Amino acid sequence: MGLTITEKILANASHKSKVTSGDFTIADVDIVMAHDSTAPLAIEGFCEIGKKVFDPNKIVIVFDHFFPPPNIDAARLHQRVRNFITEQKIPNFFTDGVCHQILVEKFVSPGTVVVGADSHTCTEGALGVFSTGLGSTDIAGAMVTGKCWFRIPESLRFNLFGSPRKGVCAKDIILNIIGQVGADGALYKAAEFTGDYVKKASVSSRLTLCNMAVETGAKNGIIEADGKTEEFLGREGKVFKSDNDAVYEEEYEIEVDKIDPQVACPPTVDNVKSVASVEGKDVDQAYIGTCTNGRLEDIEMAARILKGKKIADNVRLLVIPASTRVYLDAFGKGYIQKIVESGGIICNPGCGPCVGRHEGVLAEGEVCISTQNRNFSGRMGSPKAEIYLASPATVAASALAGKIVDPREYL
Amino acid sequence: MRAWKFGNDVNTDLITPGRYTITTDPEKLGKIAFIEHRPEFAKNVKAGDIIVAGKNFGCGSSREHSPVAIKAAGINAVIAKSFARIFFRNAINIGLPLIICEDAEEIDDGDVVEIDFDTGRIHDKTKGVVLNAKPLPKFIQKIVEKGGLVNFLRSEGYP
Repeated sequence: MGLTITEKILANASHKSKVTSGDFTIADVDIVMAHDSTAPLAIEGFCEIGKKVFDPNKIVIVFDHFFPPPNIDAARLHQRVRNFITEQKIPNFFTDGVCHQILVEKFVSPGTVVVGADSHTCTEGALGVFSTGLGSTDIAGAMVTGKCWFRIPESLRFNLFGSPRKGVCAKDIILNIIGQVGADGALYKAAEFTGDYVKKASVSSRLTLCNMAVETGAKNGIIEADGKTEEFLGREGKVFKSDNDAVYEEEYEIEVDKIDPQVACPPTVDNVKSVASVEGKDVDQAYIGTCTNGRLEDIEMAARILKGKKIADNVRLLVIPASTRVYLDAFGKGYIQKIVESGGIICNPGCGPCVGRHEGVLAEGEVCISTQNRNFSGRMGSPKAEIYLASPATVAASALAGKIVDPREYL
Repeated sequence: MRAWKFGNDVNTDLITPGRYTITTDPEKLGKIAFIEHRPEFAKNVKAGDIIVAGKNFGCGSSREHSPVAIKAAGINAVIAKSFARIFFRNAINIGLPLIICEDAEEIDDGDVVEIDFDTGRIHDKTKGVVLNAKPLPKFIQKIVEKGGLVNFLRSEGYP
C-alpha cells in the first residue's frame, strides 16, 4: 500500500520509516511562524513553559495584520513582541509583507514541516511542504521544543484537468472546489491538488489553490514540488511524491475548462455562485491583495484590466502587494503606475483590510468585492457590510464598473 | 447549566471579530464574545453555562482569542456535532472542554444540561433526554483539567 506526500513528509520529520492516516506522531518542525495578532498570546504561553526558544533561526515573526499600528493597543502589542524578539535574539523579523508570502520567498523548502499561528499556513503546501495552521499555545510549545504532535490526516485528491477559459484564474477554480465540497468537506484532512492544470499552473496560482484549503476545513493543502518550484525558490529541498497506489479517502475530478468566473457570496466562503448570477450588484470597495491573491501575477492581471481607464466614482480600490519583493517587481514592470492612474490606492505590503483592523474598514450596508479568502459577517468592519470573494480579474473589472461584472468583457 | 444554542459553521469572526482582538486580556475578551452575532450572550451568560452547536464550530481563523473569550465569559463546555480543527486544538490547549456529539442539535436554547465528561453522557434535564457522546481521550481530559497545555506542562516540570 503506497503513501501520500503528506504521510511521507510527516514520517521523515518523525524519524519513522512509515506513518499512515490515523496514526499520532511527534514531528520535528523546520519553521515556527507567528504574526503580530497571534505572537502576543504565544509569547505569554512561552514565558510560562520556556526560557529559550529551541532555535532562534527557525522562528519567524512577521508584523502583517496591523502594521504600522493603527492605535495604541496595537502599538503596545508590537512593543511586547519586539522585546521578545530582542531577548530571544530571533534574527527573522519582518514588517514588509504577509507572513505566508515572506515564508515562501525566504524560508520554506520542499519536504519540510512548517507550523504557523495563522490558519492560512496551508498556503506554503503549494511548494511540496507540510504546512499547517495552529493556535498560539501550540506555537508556544513548538517554540520551546521544536516539535509538534500531529494526527496523520487522511488525504483527499483533487485532480484538476483541462485548460482554464479566458479570464478564469486559480481563484475561480478553488472557489468552485469549495462550493462543491463545503466549509467542512475536508475537515481534518490533507487536500492534495494534482492533474495537468496544476502541473501547468504557475507557483503563484498553486499558492492560491493551497491558501484556501482551510476554507474546506483541511489541515493542509499540498502540491508535489517540481522544476517550477525549484526555480521559484532558487533553493533545493527534498522532493516527496505520492505513490501511484497511495490511499485517498476520496478523489474529486475537477474539469477546469468548465469553470466560469466564480464569486463566494456573503456570509460564508462555500456560498459560491457564478459571477454572472450576481452581476450588477453595486460595490463600495474593491480590494486586490492578501495571502490569497497579492502576488505579481495577480497585480499584473489587475493592471492589465485597469490600464488607461478610471475606476467608478463610487468605488475605493485598494491594491496591496503581498510583499516588498512583489511591490518592487510590480513597480519595475509599470503595474503600480497603471493602477494609481486608474484611481487605485496602494498600501504597504501586509494583510490590509482583510481582518477589518485598518486600511479600508466597511460601514453598515457597504459592499466589498475582494480577492481575500474570507467573507464572514463583521470580518472587515460592520457586521451589516457584505463581502464577496472573487479573482483579481473580477475585482479589477468590478472596480471599473462600480458593480460586480464578468471580467471577460474587460480583457 | 443553561445551554446557549448556535447553528452550523459558527466562525471565529462571529465569536471574536478581528477588530476586538487587539488584546490578550481574557477578561476583555470574555466581554466581547459574540458581541455582534449575539449581543445578549456576554451580558446574560452565567458561569457554568454551556454552548451547543451544529457542525464545524469555530471554523476560520487560528486566533486563540475565540476559545479564550468563550471560556472567560463563563462557558463550561461546548457540545457540537463537529469542530473545526484549529479551534479544537486551541480549546483543549487553553482548557475549554469540548464534546463531539452527533445529536447535539436535539438540545434547545435555554435547556438545562448536565455533562459527565468521563463517560460522555449528556443529560438534557429540560427534555428528560440522555445523549451519548464519545468522551475525550484521557490524556486530553488531563490537559483540560489542568486548565490547558501551559499549566499541564508546568505540572510536568517545565520550564
